Amino acid sequence: MPFRARQLSGILALVLLSLLAGGALMGLVFEVLGGVGGFTGFDSYIWRIARFTLLQASLSTLLSVILALPLARALHARPDFPGRSMILRLFALPLALPALVAVLGITSIYGRNGLLAAGMAYLGMHQIPDIYGLTGILLAHIFFNLPLATRLILASLDTIPEDYWKLAAQLGMSEPTRFRLIEWPAILRNLPGIAGLIFMLCVTSFTVVLTLGGGPRATTLEVAIYQALHFDFDIARAVALTLLQLALTLAILAFLGLAGRPTEEGQTFRTTTRRFDDPERATRLFGSVLIACGFLFVAAPIAGTVVSGASADFGRLLFEPVVWRAIMTSICLGAAAAFLSVLLALALVSSREHVATARGYGPARPLERVLDLGASLILVVPPIVIGAGWFILSRHYVDPFSLAPVMVVAVNAAMAVPFAFRVLRPAWDTMAARNNRLCAQLGIAGWTRFRLIDWPGLKRSLGAAFAFAMALSLGDLGTIALFGNDTVQTLPYLLLQRMGSYRTADAAGLALILGILCMGLMMLADRAQGDADAGR
Amino acid sequence: MQDDRADIAKGGASVRLDNVTFRYGSMEMLFDLTVEGSAIAAIIGPSGSGKSTLLNLVAGFEKAESGRVWIGGKDVTLLPPSRRAVSMVFQDNNLFAHLDVFSNVGLGRRPDLKLSSADEDAVSSAIAKVGLAGKEKRRPEALSGGERQRVALARTLVRNSPVLLLDEAFASLGPALRHEMLDLIGDLRDETGMTVIMVTHHPDDALRLSSMLFFLEEGHIAASGPAEQMLSPDGPPLLRKYLGSQESEV
Repeated sequence: MPFRARQLSGILALVLLSLLAGGALMGLVFEVLGGVGGFTGFDSYIWRIARFTLLQASLSTLLSVILALPLARALHARPDFPGRSMILRLFALPLALPALVAVLGITSIYGRNGLLAAGMAYLGMHQIPDIYGLTGILLAHIFFNLPLATRLILASLDTIPEDYWKLAAQLGMSEPTRFRLIEWPAILRNLPGIAGLIFMLCVTSFTVVLTLGGGPRATTLEVAIYQALHFDFDIARAVALTLLQLALTLAILAFLGLAGRPTEEGQTFRTTTRRFDDPERATRLFGSVLIACGFLFVAAPIAGTVVSGASADFGRLLFEPVVWRAIMTSICLGAAAAFLSVLLALALVSSREHVATARGYGPARPLERVLDLGASLILVVPPIVIGAGWFILSRHYVDPFSLAPVMVVAVNAAMAVPFAFRVLRPAWDTMAARNNRLCAQLGIAGWTRFRLIDWPGLKRSLGAAFAFAMALSLGDLGTIALFGNDTVQTLPYLLLQRMGSYRTADAAGLALILGILCMGLMMLADRAQGDADAGR
Repeated sequence: MQDDRADIAKGGASVRLDNVTFRYGSMEMLFDLTVEGSAIAAIIGPSGSGKSTLLNLVAGFEKAESGRVWIGGKDVTLLPPSRRAVSMVFQDNNLFAHLDVFSNVGLGRRPDLKLSSADEDAVSSAIAKVGLAGKEKRRPEALSGGERQRVALARTLVRNSPVLLLDEAFASLGPALRHEMLDLIGDLRDETGMTVIMVTHHPDDALRLSSMLFFLEEGHIAASGPAEQMLSPDGPPLLRKYLGSQESEV
């Protein structure tokens, strides 16, 4: 790519992303400024939903972090714990799992017909557990975020230099003193970021609340937007809800910007830090029990998905044309979204590097910063808000449901851009730093350079970004829930329908198919990324 | 914990590694050496020859596979680090970044920082002794590299351990600062009578403080003797070769 073109491609990508987000916001603004549906302001119903949104997110965050603290400490204190790296790998799974699949797994354990109910009945207790409502939402959010928080806190603990542990051992610090003087300060540095991230994930959590909320008592803004648009067709309310959701996400992001994002950089599944203390037996035992509990809590629902999915009637399910159509639709839309996403990310990454290289050691130019920001634009405007905005805007001109494929591809692609950007940027920047001068000297440029120099070095990272983006969009329910209809159904949409009509076995079978598809892609992405890192 | 260390007479304690073996990866190490009480020993050798491992075995961060470790006539082979009468100073990370100078030194007296007024006096006088009076409230980030190592030394002073281990403690300092720190070590040794064992990359460190020199190669002591003699033109050929190659590297 000639230099001009590279700069242009990045700007083009930015324009597309801002059009997507901006168009949605425009739709909302038009409605507020006296559109047809009108904007009626915020009523008590909306405030109640906003309060519940904040309540469930606060409780989910608090519980996840409080439970993760001792678990992460126990894992850090025991680098030699049997199966430790396997447990850490397992802890990376929940966030990679489509939310709908995880929800089914959780009901298979804690639900009305779940393992827990069966166990209680066996012991002669006949209360039927009711997880619908706040309990279920919290349970699911902890399932997703406890492992995340544990990994992030563990990463903080791993930043403690080994010399500190040597000193602690030499000075004879007791367990509480170690925590107070060594571990807590390291954890505290990242804690606001970790809590903020989890809070954000819980505020924008759609699928969990939709499926486990169980009624108007336990509804969040995102689910209420969906209900207002999909069932009630109450545009005024949808506009109010969407504006509120947008304000909320902006506020949280502003906080996160202050708190700093937590990183897992440099984290491996194997700790290299050695601790030089010999913990007492009681401490060791407590740690082992904690780790075992954490493992069970995360592993049980995942195992539940597999077990209840495997008992579905695949003979019949796989002969239903509608199932195959949903699978094909999902794969086509997912692949298209992934392709678009990687293309956008590549444009942003390459033009960012071009601008950065051109400035040399000078301060970053505005364009470079904008390109950086553009990648995470989608984090500011949640997919549901984009979907709702376009839904509201487009209804004046077309049947919104006819936009389903376009919207699913566009929103899912935008959703995956920050992740693809994160995968591609280090690979691209390393390549550029290594090859720019040589290519300039030898006169290799443009398409030739991409074909001969960049593509061979980048293809694994591109593959990883593609697989990752496709897994993300395969599992997404938000956009398709808004725009889905009888002609365009993805796998998650069909799954939701079967759940809604209480065909639980079918739902479990579909969840297994969806889970296997996503996990397969994630594993591919992981391997490609590993190869790319090893090659660098 | 203090008890174990108190029964060693004040002043220096001898350190003895009695046929201590240790395996690191595929390398078999065997150490057999004695450093007399209040003496200064310098350990030099190529990287990977086991210099730091030797100190770690004395401090208790590594456990000997066979053989005994003696400090001040007491068998400490099986004791944890906190019950061995040694203080160790590392190259970096000697100080907790979120604690000020006073607290970092205070940790040497009370690991939970519950300091009595006598403890506080001891901490203040140790800080003064290493030349940092007036900087008690500073955080490590506001100190120079040399000052940070001085704080670490002050902590070893309040710990009152009869043995001081320096693991390339001054390697990141410039030559002038390094010499200054070595002179401080010499002064402190003269005052407290503590035994000093230092791992260093610079043979002239050993000359600056008249000391015993141990030359390590592939996990064992290849040569030893008084530093002046070892480093003179008629020292062991082995050492000459190492020093020659080191000079041409620089």
